[in-house]
Amino acid sequence: MHIANPVYASGMDLSFTAEEQRFRTEVRSFIDANLPAEIRAKVLGGKHVSKDDFVRWHKTLYQNGWSTPNWPTEFGGPGWNAAQQHIFDVECADAGAPPLMPFGIRMVAPVIMAFGNRAQQDRFLPRIRSGEHWWAQGYSEPGSGSDLASLRMRAERRGDVYVCNGQKTWTTLAQYADWIFCLVRTATDRRPQQGISFLLIDMKSPGVTVRPIVTIDGDAEVNEVWFEDVEVPVDNRVGEENQGWTYAKYLLGHERTGNAGIGMCKRWLKALKHIASRQRAGGRLLIDDPRFRDHIAQVEIELMALEITTMRVIAMELANQKPGPEASMLKVQGTEIQQTLTELQMLALGPQALPYQPQALEAGYSGPLSGPDYAVPLTGRYLNHRKASIYAGSNEIQRNIIAKHMLGL
Amino acid sequence: MNFDFTEEQNQLREALSRLLERGYEFDKRKQIVASEAGYSREIWRQLAELGALSIALPEQHGGAGGSAVDTLVIMEALGRKLVVEPYVPAIVLGAGLVARAGSEAQRARLLPRIGDGQQLLALAHDEPDNRYELERVATRARPDGAGYVLDGHKTVVLGGSAADTLIVSARTAGEPGDPAGVSLFLVDAGAPGVTRRGYATQDGHRAADVTLTGVKVDGDALLGPAGGGIALVEHALAHGIAAVSAEALGIMAVLVDLTSSYVKTRKQFGVPIGQFQVLQHRLADMLMRVEQARSMTYLIATTVDSADDAQRRRVTAAAKALVSQAARFVGQGAIQLHGGIGITDEAPVSHYFKRLTIITLTFGDADHHLARFSDLLDRGDRGDRGARDV
Repeated sequence: MHIANPVYASGMDLSFTAEEQRFRTEVRSFIDANLPAEIRAKVLGGKHVSKDDFVRWHKTLYQNGWSTPNWPTEFGGPGWNAAQQHIFDVECADAGAPPLMPFGIRMVAPVIMAFGNRAQQDRFLPRIRSGEHWWAQGYSEPGSGSDLASLRMRAERRGDVYVCNGQKTWTTLAQYADWIFCLVRTATDRRPQQGISFLLIDMKSPGVTVRPIVTIDGDAEVNEVWFEDVEVPVDNRVGEENQGWTYAKYLLGHERTGNAGIGMCKRWLKALKHIASRQRAGGRLLIDDPRFRDHIAQVEIELMALEITTMRVIAMELANQKPGPEASMLKVQGTEIQQTLTELQMLALGPQALPYQPQALEAGYSGPLSGPDYAVPLTGRYLNHRKASIYAGSNEIQRNIIAKHMLGL
Repeated sequence: MNFDFTEEQNQLREALSRLLERGYEFDKRKQIVASEAGYSREIWRQLAELGALSIALPEQHGGAGGSAVDTLVIMEALGRKLVVEPYVPAIVLGAGLVARAGSEAQRARLLPRIGDGQQLLALAHDEPDNRYELERVATRARPDGAGYVLDGHKTVVLGGSAADTLIVSARTAGEPGDPAGVSLFLVDAGAPGVTRRGYATQDGHRAADVTLTGVKVDGDALLGPAGGGIALVEHALAHGIAAVSAEALGIMAVLVDLTSSYVKTRKQFGVPIGQFQVLQHRLADMLMRVEQARSMTYLIATTVDSADDAQRRRVTAAAKALVSQAARFVGQGAIQLHGGIGITDEAPVSHYFKRLTIITLTFGDADHHLARFSDLLDRGDRGDRGARDV
């Protein structure tokens, strides 16, 4: 099973080309000069990052033409290749920039580009790019997780509108969203996959209600979104009626090498070493305890390998081969490494992992604190990141994909 | 970045595959393993003809001036067919050491003959009590006129029974455990005072225990600087690790193929067992381990001759740890999914598993290299970007 090994004249070389290194320097310089220090401090310190922080960084990148790293130039994107996108992602995450929200840029935009009409492209794409519209993803429902095609949210055609009723769930940051893209049921008299349509819904529409779901760490980043007789103009349907499943699958096919989260893993590994170099155990620094340090070594080795695997998949993309099941491998391994890192960060704290101090997650908090400031977010991060092997296609679903498409099982 | 093999490398892989497809069927391999010498001189001659023995040797001594990536291509192909010929001990370790450390005279005398398949080398370094610790050398080399006299015991010398010349590590100074004071000597395997007891290893390869009793060598037997042997051995073993990693990769790829084919045909409860999700997921995990091992094998092949010693050491340790862990996972999974047939002598899968297991134990096991990487850990507090974050 060779991921990348077509025939070329030059020899194997795993380092970035001179051109790629120049690009990396350019990205680094831009981040150093333009990422506001207070936002960076929040991200690196694991503090709450506000909507304004996300939007501010998005608009800063927009001014430089970089807010939509994956877009082609014809829609106003930078037209970067897969290697450039990877370098940009890693540099941003490693430097402590807030992540660009994927829902508009990476999820709905490619569908609008491929299947939307000209009016939809002109209306929505510039506003995604500028950061004017915050998007949310309306896929999962209470009864439809891995078996997404069983979704039940109804959209009934009445003249020029669809009347929508139903519920979406696990909707990340819907409380900030201006728009939501939804898979809805427009026909029930056929196979479930053939009765689904893809609608763009204004969150300000009458009948839309957002209810926060408090998660295991006490935070509220996900929501339920309820739709009660919400009228959606037919003009907001992307593509054909009942063809939504095809578009959703196209979107899944756009799964990408960013799945591995290499940049965030690198930052968290550094953080882990930083913590272990400050925590004390048995009269020495924790990082001098071979038993704990071996755990760090193990995860660092796995990350080294995954970074190379990611670059092999990027090389595939550069050779115009679409990664399919390879993206599943990156998702499984990347999320497992992320989870190991969050667990080790928590374990490094020992008893200092226990205090629950959510007020100290707000930047500028100066009240009483048990333990070091860096300890505050770590247990919550561990708890929260159990999500990583569940979301975006659970790791079990990813293994099904690998078994089917790479092993023919 | 470029993960592509060159046209020449692809041709080499194809030529090797053709050669082994004909000359290394499973039954043929069994005969070779059972033979007196434990390897086939005919196969060795064909490998020489193909240029596979000399590819990484310098051009002025009949080689092609190739790199560790060329060796990777060869080792992966040898792994796929479970080739037992002593490529790693004679070529990767032995010839590699002479090419890197030898004097002009030593190189001119040995390398062309090695590349032609006329001469076999082996590295006699390990001793009964050293486990994987390179510095624990007790064998002595006492100055004697212009030469030396060697005394000591060497154990599990890979390829040692067939070797014409042994590269023996011996102390010219210091005590066992000292990193300095070990020198390397080229010793004729038939020299008076050298006794060898050859035997088969668990995977069908050959090794020997070697006793040196008052073995006299000339001054020009010294290979590399006096007292500087450990660094040379370490670098040779890094090449050895790169090579067996590639071999393991070939073996693991075959095991995933064999196992996924098997579960598609083996029926229980009226269906192919490959329809059971629990088996599918185990195979998916095996495949992911293989791809991670492939990445590390590419990394070490492109790092093993790096001038940055610290980076080379870290990558070597990381590669051997990860590849050994992957080998264990993939090998054990392949046997388990084959069921009872997997532990029979007639099933190829059992032979692949044995070789894979021996590779995990060769040149340091996973724990040894994990500990090494851990000791060499880049602690990250260099005040660089993001070093102060959580």
